[in-house]
Amino acid sequence: MEYLAVGLPEEGARTDPVSRRELPTLQADMIDLTPFWDWFRELYATTGIKLTIFYDAFDRARFANGFLTSIRLMGLCIVASIVIGVLGAWAQGSRLRLVRLGTAAYIQSFRNTPPLVQLYFFYFALGSYLRVTNNLGLAVPIVSNFTWATICLSLYAGAFNVEIFRAGIEAVPSETVNAAEALGYGRLAAYMHVILPLAFRISLPALNNNLVNLVKTTTIAYAIAVPEMLYVANQIWSDELNVPEMMNVLLVIYVALVGVVVYVMGRWERAMRVPGYMP
Amino acid sequence: MSAGQRTCVSPPSYGQGSAGPLPVLKPFRLGAITAASPCSSLTARTGALLIIALALSVGIGEAQAAPGTPSILATILKWTPLLAQGFALNITMSFLAMAIGTVLGMALGLGLISLNRPVRASSWLVTQFFRNAPWLVLLFYCILLMPFDVRIGGTIVPLPGWAKSTAGLTLPVMANVAELVRGAVQSIPAGQWEASEALAFSRLRTLRLVILPQCVKRMTPPWMNLYALVVVGTPLASIVGVNEAMTLTGDVLSAEGRTELLVPMYLYLLTWFFAYCYPIARATVALERRFQVP
Amino acid sequence: MGWTSEQPLIQMRDVRKKFGALTIIDGISIDVMKGEVICIIGPSGAGKSTLLRCINALVPIDSGSITVEGQEVNDPKLDKLALRRKVGMVFQQYNLFPHRTALANVMMAPLHVLKRNRAEVEAEARALMRKVRLDGKEDSYPGELSGGQQQRVAIARSLAMQPDVMLFDEVTAALDPETVKEVLVTIRELAEEGMTCVIVTHEMGFAREVADQIYLTDRGVVVEHGPPAEFFTNCRDERTRRFLSQVL
Repeated sequence: MEYLAVGLPEEGARTDPVSRRELPTLQADMIDLTPFWDWFRELYATTGIKLTIFYDAFDRARFANGFLTSIRLMGLCIVASIVIGVLGAWAQGSRLRLVRLGTAAYIQSFRNTPPLVQLYFFYFALGSYLRVTNNLGLAVPIVSNFTWATICLSLYAGAFNVEIFRAGIEAVPSETVNAAEALGYGRLAAYMHVILPLAFRISLPALNNNLVNLVKTTTIAYAIAVPEMLYVANQIWSDELNVPEMMNVLLVIYVALVGVVVYVMGRWERAMRVPGYMP
Repeated sequence: MSAGQRTCVSPPSYGQGSAGPLPVLKPFRLGAITAASPCSSLTARTGALLIIALALSVGIGEAQAAPGTPSILATILKWTPLLAQGFALNITMSFLAMAIGTVLGMALGLGLISLNRPVRASSWLVTQFFRNAPWLVLLFYCILLMPFDVRIGGTIVPLPGWAKSTAGLTLPVMANVAELVRGAVQSIPAGQWEASEALAFSRLRTLRLVILPQCVKRMTPPWMNLYALVVVGTPLASIVGVNEAMTLTGDVLSAEGRTELLVPMYLYLLTWFFAYCYPIARATVALERRFQVP
Repeated sequence: MGWTSEQPLIQMRDVRKKFGALTIIDGISIDVMKGEVICIIGPSGAGKSTLLRCINALVPIDSGSITVEGQEVNDPKLDKLALRRKVGMVFQQYNLFPHRTALANVMMAPLHVLKRNRAEVEAEARALMRKVRLDGKEDSYPGELSGGQQQRVAIARSLAMQPDVMLFDEVTAALDPETVKEVLVTIRELAEEGMTCVIVTHEMGFAREVADQIYLTDRGVVVEHGPPAEFFTNCRDERTRRFLSQVL
């Protein structure tokens, strides 16, 4: 499993009296947030709301790792799915029939099946076939489960993106292309300066919708034990028995995260509107 | 436009005179009214692809199987009744989630268009909250935090896992239906409201007699798309321990313990989902065409 | 090819074009001399528009020949860029690029296609906007302009390539009557400055004022042609008489 090393405790450190976990040693350049964390300890003492992810250093580190893994997964999937979308839209207009059929098959199979089943398929079915032997002679999967999740989710969202980009390109009327050609633009130059900018602006709302769905769907990586936020939260509430608190925190953080993505996309959409022709 | 070919068999019309609209930007058509709709391109060709893939994988599996073990086809058929039971649970969950979610969603949608500012604001908050929350997290929330049984009147009603999962799926359905309702109501031309007002209809009566009946047509295709999303989302319940088709497939695979069964079984499960979604997809596309909103 | 201005700028000989089974252009021959203004009129149908598009190689012809300044358009080895530098086209649907400002629309082709110096192109573009009486609207987007203003920007955009001949494809057909006049004035000024123009139009009054030759096409052939004075008063063909009685 992949952990991003963020502030895990060292040896010989102090221990937290409540959870008996080790506390990180305070270094001179670290901001002392102990009073802030202690407020949550007080909260537990007075009301029984157990938010160990704040006052317990080990849980805090674990949860921070999980949060960063989630962000990393979301970011990678967004970028990869857009790249796949652009490549696929280009491939769909190819002269070669085989390329066109292959792209169509890819889109159909990934759009019409549950992403969870796709994930299991990739990780269990394909993963069991693609094993390499490491230097100890053991058969290990060719890529980690985080990578499988990234691949599968990118392909899933990429399939939708191909359709979205294609619809955007087709919404540019052929008369506009005619006008560009009449001005002397070659095929490639017309694509770069006229068709693609317009197609992108037209397809932006649908693209944003799809990317927001992607961000929400990344939680299914839990099913193959990717240590993203949901999985780590599960570990924490199994240890600390604070299920309601953790679920609430999780819900709030996810909604806020997706809300941030929605807001950013909305701003981007507004910046990219074509004045006079788009609401 | 693809591949630089122009196959015009009828002469192109280069403009329609002052009566026609200017095609500065053609309408953005994804083949469905909403983006990311899984059923909009469910064609017979997809089904054929799936069957071919299934047949291929069965064939490959047979080749890999140790001699003397029962054939893959026989194994799949043996477990089909169990899978059918699981799939029935998926369908039930999707029906219930959709039904309850639609009712709640319509109420929430009316709140979104309310003239009362606090009502509108709180409806907006609720809608945004449940639209932005990942479905799996909502499922976890409901599974873990809903009680094991509920006391209604004098009786204790047990809440099994699948019921709690259905509740978890109802929440995003409610939020999405609310958005659909809001979008549909706002797409009705203002002239309808004005005409009703001129006839001294109250707002409620206008909604009931004039606006909502017209909305039903516009909402139906995206609503059916949403149902397809819900059906395709029911396997999420397997992660929280509900014994539906996905879980049962996993159980079957671990019971049989044969690696060559992995790919065929998963493809078989996919075929079940496809077989259910395909008629819905065809119906959706047909309805979209009939209810094409100018 | 040595082309001199005594030879026709555009020479069309027996041009034929079919779309599927339908014959759109059925043997049209027209000569356009330098500095001439030709108006093509006729019943509605894609023939006239298609003819214009054949001149600047947007639509290939089936048979016959079209030469622009001696260069054969039907040649598969044709340098389309060189052709479109000589031939400018303005469309009925304006076809401005809605995501760029009016000034950017005018500047785009010389910058990207001709790769000219930006400062020069901008100065020329501003001069062209002034010429079509749209100074002050340089930074507006097409969606914020009226139909007539958009059409004038489209004219300026084609002029930016400094063509030798301008093709106008029913440019006022999609405009409100009030804005038709402002566009026609712009075209007339162009014609008076000596620009060779081929205009497909329904505006008979405008054709009578501005044209040197008028051609009537019907069902893919030229029915009759002549200078406006003769054409409108002494038309010979029955079809011409019928058409004129319907539109005048």
